[in-house]
Amino acid sequence: MVKRTAPTEFIVERDEDKCIQCQVCCRMCSNDAHVFEEDLNEVITEHKKCVGCHFCETLCPTGALEVKRSTSETRANANWTKKALTDITKQAETGGILLTGMGCDRPYPIYWDHMLINASQVTNPSIDPLREPMELKTYIGKKPDRIEIVTHLENGKIDPSKVELKTKLSTMLKIETPIMFSAMSYGSISYNACTSLARAAQQSGTLYNTGEGGLHKDLYKYAGNTIVQVASGRFGVHKQYLEAGVAIEIKIGQGAKPGIGGHLPGEKVSEDVSQTRMIPVGSDAISPAPHHDIYSIEDLRQLIYALKEATRYKKPIGVKISAVHNVAPIASGVVRAGADYVVIDGLRGGTGAAPTVIRDNVGIPIELALAVVDARLREEGVRNHASIIAAGGFRNSGDVLKAIALGADAVYIGTSALIAMGCHVCQKCYTGKCNWGIATQDPYLTKRLNPEIGAQRLSNLIRAWSREIKEMLGGMGINSIDSLRGNREQLRAIGLSDTDMKLLGLKPAGEAW
Amino acid sequence: MEYLGGSVLRIDAKGIHYKELNEKINEVVLSGAKDIVLDNINGQRYIGDNLSGSDVKITINGVPGNDLAAFMDGPTIVVNANAQDALCNTMNSGKVVIHGSVGDIAGYAMRGGKLFIKNNVGYRSGIHMKSYKDLFPVIIVGGTTGDFFGEYMAGGMGIVLGLNSDLKKSVVGNYIGTGMHGGVIYLRGNVEDYQLGKEIKKFDLDDNDRAALKKHLSEFAADLNLDLKDIYNDKFVKLIPYTHRPYGKLYAY
Repeated sequence: MVKRTAPTEFIVERDEDKCIQCQVCCRMCSNDAHVFEEDLNEVITEHKKCVGCHFCETLCPTGALEVKRSTSETRANANWTKKALTDITKQAETGGILLTGMGCDRPYPIYWDHMLINASQVTNPSIDPLREPMELKTYIGKKPDRIEIVTHLENGKIDPSKVELKTKLSTMLKIETPIMFSAMSYGSISYNACTSLARAAQQSGTLYNTGEGGLHKDLYKYAGNTIVQVASGRFGVHKQYLEAGVAIEIKIGQGAKPGIGGHLPGEKVSEDVSQTRMIPVGSDAISPAPHHDIYSIEDLRQLIYALKEATRYKKPIGVKISAVHNVAPIASGVVRAGADYVVIDGLRGGTGAAPTVIRDNVGIPIELALAVVDARLREEGVRNHASIIAAGGFRNSGDVLKAIALGADAVYIGTSALIAMGCHVCQKCYTGKCNWGIATQDPYLTKRLNPEIGAQRLSNLIRAWSREIKEMLGGMGINSIDSLRGNREQLRAIGLSDTDMKLLGLKPAGEAW
Repeated sequence: MEYLGGSVLRIDAKGIHYKELNEKINEVVLSGAKDIVLDNINGQRYIGDNLSGSDVKITINGVPGNDLAAFMDGPTIVVNANAQDALCNTMNSGKVVIHGSVGDIAGYAMRGGKLFIKNNVGYRSGIHMKSYKDLFPVIIVGGTTGDFFGEYMAGGMGIVLGLNSDLKKSVVGNYIGTGMHGGVIYLRGNVEDYQLGKEIKKFDLDDNDRAALKKHLSEFAADLNLDLKDIYNDKFVKLIPYTHRPYGKLYAY
């Protein structure tokens, strides 16, 4: 047995005056950080086992607990930080790859925090969204190059009742607000978490995404708000699945782990997960990073059209890629391959499990990737051929609005959605011991998330952000999200280099039109 | 495109784009056609894509294009020629019989059904195959395969016969069964250890293996009009993974 000597990360302070020895904390902690010592007749805490998820603190009926970061410090050293020491210790003990969950937590620049939004004054009146119509409705999919309309003359005048659209439009996805729930598979998250997302998508008029985990039979009733994903392992991909969702998304890459595949360990493949993924109970579900049938843009086109043919051209087909250095030409190729939408997932995008070194060092922030992809597609005259969905660490409606001004048609939120359901971003998703009942398949833990409450909280989040977006749009004097899309004049950069501003296509704050 | 009487529905595919052809196939299957013959096929892709109906049979004269029988669930397709890449991509059930050779990645992520190939296949055939409950995919290659046969295989069966080979050389390429964590591969003749992925091991056949071979090879021989005599008694090797958790001990805590 390996001796675990990595230093303690958290201290759970117990106010002995408040603690009534009820042992709720002992029963609740899946990491066994709290135990009742019969001999002492009191609850003690093994701080080393605490992952900092704050579940005990939230549930303690007398408010006796407070989770704090351990103040045990090594000698100050800019290079050999406590984290660096901890990581090396763990690897010296095990010889293993360090795993983590959620998105990159390193202090790389967050460009959203260097962008400022415009508002109208005097010359272009702002709009009050409480009293005037404000349109957030968004259409995802291929838009025509031009629109042809057939009109009929009646007494020399156009008869308005007989105006017809001659152009044949591609199938598009209609969402009530430009915020969607990003791909999280059943297996990586619990049944109740999937159900919460599906219900919330339906309540909010938006979409959620199955990830590469198949679609649970109970969730087919939310098919109208479902995007089904097809990835390299093809788990749970069959006729009914392909025909269930409103769109099919081919997953090539993920922001948290560009160039790395997925791997659901056998112990998480329960009876139910096995049915949904269509693999035997307990067997590993391996989705390698490369799709071995896709070595080129032409091969990607082949899979896109295999899926279009499979669904008789009735559903948009999207492609999700990670934001990497060459993202603009890759996205251009994806669009030319026939994708109806392309998802760009940035550096800070989350995951259920990824090697820490990959999550923290590979890829580029979504802000830069989005700006260069939008610019590239415009330059090449193909921007209307596909929608862009940006993903990777959206924290609030301000980030969303800025993304749309940079060129996104909509955004995917994953981590924010998990936080709405209770997640405290402890980054231990990969252990399968999520106390909040989200990233786990343990029935004792999963029942902690009530899907009705989960769905309500997610819907609340979407409603709140949508309202804020309307407020900001109104302030700009814009009454439709379409008028903001790619409208970079509405943003200004603050504290960025000339190169950053050039890449983002932004003027510095203080510079007029 | 025209229909020529009888219970067999013939479609002349000469010069017809795949989109139109597949639309027509879909249409006639929906209207109840069970026995369809496609003449003058010349590279049209996606034939039988996501098609269902276990009593539907499609006979193809000519060489079909990529992704034949992708996502297919039930029908039987017989090709009286060679076929191209990505045959039976994610096929769920049904049968595909090829009276010739095929290109790369045949049977990618096949979950059920049968793929019988008279001659050779290219690289990465039978990869990601998986079985689930009653679904059990079987690929039989009469000739030889390229590298990476059965890569990431998680279930089902792959058989390579090398009927066109003197068996002095192995009937498969290198990196066979790399990352394999389920299912079984039978190779006629022998295979060198260096040709195998590091997750699999070579075994001799037992009676159960011979019985399985006999069952599947009889069907293969009948479908391809081959006289294989009692080939299932020849020297074969069986390849199975060490563990269904090949990557279980890779990580720190």
